[in-house]
Amino acid sequence: MATESHGADEGGLVFHPMDQFIVKPLMGDGPVSMFTVTNSTLWMIITVLCVIGLMVVGSSRRAIIPSRVQSIAELAYGFIYKMVEDVTGKDGVKYFPYIMTLFIFIVFANFLGLLPRAFTPTSHIAVTAVLAMLVFVAVTVLGFVKNGAGFLSLFWVSSAPLALRPVLALIEVISYFVRPVSHSIRLAGNMMAGHAVIKVFAAFAPMVLISTGIGLVVTPLSILAITAMYGLEILVAFIQAYVFTILTCVYLKDALHPHH
Amino acid sequence: MATETQDAAGAAQAPGMPQLDFSTFGNQIFWLLVTLVVIYFVLSRVALPRIAAVLAERQGTITNDIAKAEDLKAQAADAEAAYEKALADARSEAQAIAQATRDDIKAQGQAAQAEADAKIAAKAAESEKAIAEIRASAMENVEVVAKDTAEALVSALGGSASKADIDAAVTNRLKG
Repeated sequence: MATESHGADEGGLVFHPMDQFIVKPLMGDGPVSMFTVTNSTLWMIITVLCVIGLMVVGSSRRAIIPSRVQSIAELAYGFIYKMVEDVTGKDGVKYFPYIMTLFIFIVFANFLGLLPRAFTPTSHIAVTAVLAMLVFVAVTVLGFVKNGAGFLSLFWVSSAPLALRPVLALIEVISYFVRPVSHSIRLAGNMMAGHAVIKVFAAFAPMVLISTGIGLVVTPLSILAITAMYGLEILVAFIQAYVFTILTCVYLKDALHPHH
Repeated sequence: MATETQDAAGAAQAPGMPQLDFSTFGNQIFWLLVTLVVIYFVLSRVALPRIAAVLAERQGTITNDIAKAEDLKAQAADAEAAYEKALADARSEAQAIAQATRDDIKAQGQAAQAEADAKIAAKAAESEKAIAEIRASAMENVEVVAKDTAEALVSALGGSASKADIDAAVTNRLKG
């Protein structure tokens, strides 16, 4: 009885699409300190285990004719290796393990986040900002180490008319420093938005229990919408990992070859 | 059911986006760095070299197999060429034998014909000779008969002539 009155107060539907992103301790209820094992930590650990399962256990037989898991591991390897080689050139290949680390972490975190009741570490700006800043700092340092002051020619568009160059340089500098922002918000935003939208539709799904009339229309529609969004999110999960990785390769190329 | 809903509602008291709750940032960043380091070492020490080795080995195997296949193909081509050559040789030999046989038979035929021709010619010559003989003897007989008849006619007409005169006259007349 109390439930019904409570439900009626809130219009019967519970909208908390952002609750899924709350970081909370896995055990107990205390505050989240630096080393607390949280739900985010748990899914990072599961990500690591999946990476080991695919890349280490999957390839452990070293078969000439690969099993399915080994095929996937080889595909992932070939995919990123070719991307690094194509975008940054031969001299970028030695940074392949770092880029592979980023890609495999993001792709697994994204896909595991799609499991019901899972937590998505990559939906948090704290995580993606660190990933993006790692790339930004590494690429900037690498650019200066490899090219010295010549790295600054990245901002000096020598193919433009001389009068325009200072203006372009200003724009180039701003765009360079905006890179980590867009790099991180793109990933976290995509992950968060998709999951939140699914949650909103999920909140509409039990409508039929509250009001049979309108619920007969809303419930099937929202279930259909959840299904469609889920399909889209599977695509987004891969594409965002791909985009993050290829942008990393592009930034790395700029650091290795800053001349336009 | 009711308590669960209420619990969820209670948990949602945190205002705004959980992403902007800075109290969890240190925790997330710490565990993210741990995760990345672990993944990096797992990949760079174990997984990537192993996969690279497997891919290289497979590439090597494929290259070897292709080379071997090309080798075998070349051998097959050689064998085929040898077979073709043997076939052509056999065919030309057969043709030569057939030609020789044909020539042989032709030569035998020609020889037989020549022999037959020669025989026929000999026979013809013999016959001609016989005919000439017969003709000569007939002419002789005609002369003798003519002389006899002339002599008989002369004597029957009451004339008398020497045998020599009559012979000369008849001979003359026959020549004429």
